[in-house]
Amino acid sequence: MSYIKCENLILGYEGVPVAQNISFDVRKGDYLCILGENGAGKSTLMKTLLGLTSLMGGSILYGDGLEGYEIGYLPQQTFVQKDFPASVWEIVLSGALSKCGRRPFFGKEEKELAEQNLRRMDIWELKRECYRNLSGGQQQRVLLARALCASSKLLVLDEPVTGLDPKATAEFYQLIKDLNNEGLTIIMVSHDIHAAVKYASHVLHVEKEQSFFGTAREYVKSDFWKDIGGDVQ
Amino acid sequence: MIETLQFYLSYPFVRYALIVGTLIALCSSLLGVTLVLKRFSYIGDGLSHVAFGALAIGTIFDLTSTSIVVMPVTVIAAVLILRTGQNPKIHGDAAIAMLSVGSLAIGYLVMHLFSTSANISGDVCSTLFGSTSILTLTKAEVWLCVVMSVVVVAVFVVLYNRIFAVTFDENFAKATGVKTNLYNTLIAVITAVIIVLAMNLVGSLLISALIIFPALSAMRVVQNFKGVVIYSTVISVFCALFGIVVSILFSTPVGSTIVAADIVMFGVNCLVGKILGK
Repeated sequence: MSYIKCENLILGYEGVPVAQNISFDVRKGDYLCILGENGAGKSTLMKTLLGLTSLMGGSILYGDGLEGYEIGYLPQQTFVQKDFPASVWEIVLSGALSKCGRRPFFGKEEKELAEQNLRRMDIWELKRECYRNLSGGQQQRVLLARALCASSKLLVLDEPVTGLDPKATAEFYQLIKDLNNEGLTIIMVSHDIHAAVKYASHVLHVEKEQSFFGTAREYVKSDFWKDIGGDVQ
Repeated sequence: MIETLQFYLSYPFVRYALIVGTLIALCSSLLGVTLVLKRFSYIGDGLSHVAFGALAIGTIFDLTSTSIVVMPVTVIAAVLILRTGQNPKIHGDAAIAMLSVGSLAIGYLVMHLFSTSANISGDVCSTLFGSTSILTLTKAEVWLCVVMSVVVVAVFVVLYNRIFAVTFDENFAKATGVKTNLYNTLIAVITAVIIVLAMNLVGSLLISALIIFPALSAMRVVQNFKGVVIYSTVISVFCALFGIVVSILFSTPVGSTIVAADIVMFGVNCLVGKILGK
């Protein structure tokens, strides 16, 4: 049984298809990287998986105990957030909102979850800091802690290293790999093809007509790898 | 000066003005933080012009309480602005600009064509700048304002965590199962209600100031969301009370005096923010 099984997806927005014939599945413990050129439909695919965009064709099945809303999401930073006056604690706690159900306020359980994830991301001492005053790497850790509050099963990351310096990038990849080793399933949309084949277990390469899905090892031997400009090994 | 103030406070219309002023200042600043952060500052401006147009039409039909017309029209406009804002083909700012200048023009036209009053420019001026209406409130209008304010504050407190989530990151909230459309619509509706109430206080041209200035002032100094919300309501209520008292003592127009107080407060907070190095 897979967490997510997608068959013959047609992706698009406002009635215009962007990519089709996309089939793949994500199992518990997988680390899937979604690659492809700009405009190939990577972001649309991710938004579709998260339920933010509706599907134009094909099917997505959630299984193995995963509910559609049990996905932790690390979005790209929006321009609203750059000067947002919120403390780290407020942001991380907001990730646990779905656990509140119909209750208006956070209970002890949600606060413990937030604390646990702040410690896990090693940013507990920053909890009173204002988000806009943090460095790029620290901001990503905050958003990651928030995503972990929303789901302990599956994380979806949208080009998470954009704007990070090389050191912060390396640290961030290691952090994700560690989470994956702890049993968390990862889906990452990325431009960084070499990091993708280094860390990921599976690769989905999205193209307009025909997409590639397989393990990272198979991917580096395929023509898709050559076309996107990967080093021949 | 204190004696003059006591003398004025013995009149019920002055007390009404102070009560209504405080409540409106409180409600508008609560929502202001969210609207500013969501880049919706101009919704207030657009809606207030719509409310002006609706008020003009209500006046020509000689309705005893114009709120019956103004409230629903403004609420519908709020929902419409929000919907078109999400449509990538018409940009939100263009939609608001269209609606706002359109209703301003229609409102003035209608007033001019059908008005029974001898002093049209006086009427228009008081609707736009709220020069006297705060001092001519009836008991029923005060009660309407009290009830609406209680509802607004209660809704805001109960939904505080959801409003924060939707303001900070709408996509994340939606992906984790928060009904973002519902909350966005709710924010728009509450904004419309506040604007209709606030027209009495500062008039339709100055409402935006009441919504955005306290929020912007608070954001200069405070570094967390809850703090910003609380501090901005404190600033807003203080400026409203101060403005009303000053306008009574020195017979200045109420609306613009309150806004002037808000501007000074913004300057002070900018300075404090600089000094604290944030």
